[in-house]
Amino acid sequence: MAIDADTVRKIAFLSRLKVDDDKIEDTKDEFNKILTWVEELNEVDTDGVEPLVSVNQTNLTMRKDVVTEGNQPEAILANAPLQEYGYFAVPKVIE
Amino acid sequence: MTAMIIETEKNKWEVICGLEIHCQIVSNSKMFSGASTEYGTEPNHNVSFIDAGMPGMLPTLNEECVRQAIKTGLGLNAKINKYSEFSRKNYFYADLPQGYQITQFQYPLVGEGSLEVETEDGSRRTIGIERIHIEQDAGKSIHDLDPSMTFVDLNRAGVGLMEIVTKADFRSPEEAGEFLRKLRSIVRYLGTCDGNMDEGSMRCDVNVSVRKVGETSFRPRSEMKNVNSVRFVMQAIESEAKRHVEVYENGGTIEQETRQFDPASGTSKLMRKKEFAHDYRYFPEPDLLPLVLTDEYIDNIKKEMVELPDAKKARFINELGITAYDAMVLCENREVAEFFEKAAAGHDAKKVANWMMGDFFALLNKDGLSIHESPISAENLGKLVDLITKGVINGKTAKDVFEMMAETGESPEKIVEEKGLKQVTDTAAIEAIIDKIIADNPANVEAYRNGKTGLMGWFVGQVMKASGGKANPAVVNGLLQSRLS
Repeated sequence: MAIDADTVRKIAFLSRLKVDDDKIEDTKDEFNKILTWVEELNEVDTDGVEPLVSVNQTNLTMRKDVVTEGNQPEAILANAPLQEYGYFAVPKVIE
Repeated sequence: MTAMIIETEKNKWEVICGLEIHCQIVSNSKMFSGASTEYGTEPNHNVSFIDAGMPGMLPTLNEECVRQAIKTGLGLNAKINKYSEFSRKNYFYADLPQGYQITQFQYPLVGEGSLEVETEDGSRRTIGIERIHIEQDAGKSIHDLDPSMTFVDLNRAGVGLMEIVTKADFRSPEEAGEFLRKLRSIVRYLGTCDGNMDEGSMRCDVNVSVRKVGETSFRPRSEMKNVNSVRFVMQAIESEAKRHVEVYENGGTIEQETRQFDPASGTSKLMRKKEFAHDYRYFPEPDLLPLVLTDEYIDNIKKEMVELPDAKKARFINELGITAYDAMVLCENREVAEFFEKAAAGHDAKKVANWMMGDFFALLNKDGLSIHESPISAENLGKLVDLITKGVINGKTAKDVFEMMAETGESPEKIVEEKGLKQVTDTAAIEAIIDKIIADNPANVEAYRNGKTGLMGWFVGQVMKASGGKANPAVVNGLLQSRLS
């Protein structure tokens, strides 16, 4: 699989990352290097094998339904560049 | 249930619809954090560092959310998957602090199921359930508090959701409306979602397409997001189907796209083209292991299942002998059904149903009361019906007793006793009244005997009046007939 310059721009947009035009070529090459490296795994025959999600063999443990956290709005908002009336304030989002 | 067909000069078009329903799971804490799910709290108070997307925080799954989704699945006759996985759905939005939603993609917790819907004409259709997966809700964006800013409240971020996806089985707005009403009734019976569409705890995405009658493949669909009432869902399906037909008939094409339904105008407008905005780049959630359940775990949840509306309805019809319509109305809400069952126990169930559907609901509606707030207890309603059945009071007196029960909350026996409202069935007492009325109204007696039989009603009325409404009307009728002829 080869990544082209347009795909780099699209992924950058979806991730809201700014990639300058003069960096597109380099980023594209890096992507392709990584993909080529990972593609080596294709040499292994995985026909009929379900994808492996985790190498951890234990089961997922679940939590009891109890409220243990909250009531810390100052801490939650501490890193917000802007806050108003206890809300995070962000530039107007228009659908 | 008849399908909706849109007929034009040239063609007949069939309407195709599928629904995706997001139900907020009833639980104390969020799906992956210990923050509270309480609605209406001060902004950003029910938020943990996990919900706020702080680096390094790890999610832990709330067991209650899993149980609730399984219960809902069982209520929809669905297959519960012993193996399921969590995935990340990546998109960028201000009220999604992590930049992704933890959801299920390839391996949902609940698989295929079905729900039978019945419309007013009594016809039935089975709607397929494609799957139910569990996921976290996003925060809430508030756009109208400031002209240049959007405010974000993360209290809702991380609350558990079940997304119920139906197959594209609906062929009319009515079917979709009935399905939603029934689904809402089921989740409320189970206590897995409160089903309040106007508060957003149940939200519906509507997929609509059309095809010419006889076509077997589907045409491109449009999706309308977050339609927030049953009526609007039905309107959205109808108006969107008509729009598709118009586009096709004018030589145009429909592209897969996301639209916003506007209830005020009854039409939809374009939000975004699907293929670009929906590049969610799903991948397995690395912070959570697959969810593996045992048969025993699922069986234990099965044991907790309550009787659902359909089963209750069938039992009310078969065992209590009430009509299908009464059973449908009484079973829509679990509390109402339980009230009825309590009131009907040991009494004439059909009469109890009549009283509930009539005077009792009218009373609650008039005062805007819920069934819990009813001034009349289920037991007392049953006793009132008993007094009528046993002939202690007549139907007219019963209405007055009912009024007094509503005002005082007293039992009907006590009211009847204290106010001396017992029906007079004593023939001698009634005969005395009749004799007096016949003596006082010779002209009418004469007219009746000369064929003006319509006067019987007048005589009955006079006797009832003279008895203070307490005479047994059947006895009065019988005695009058014999005395006047």
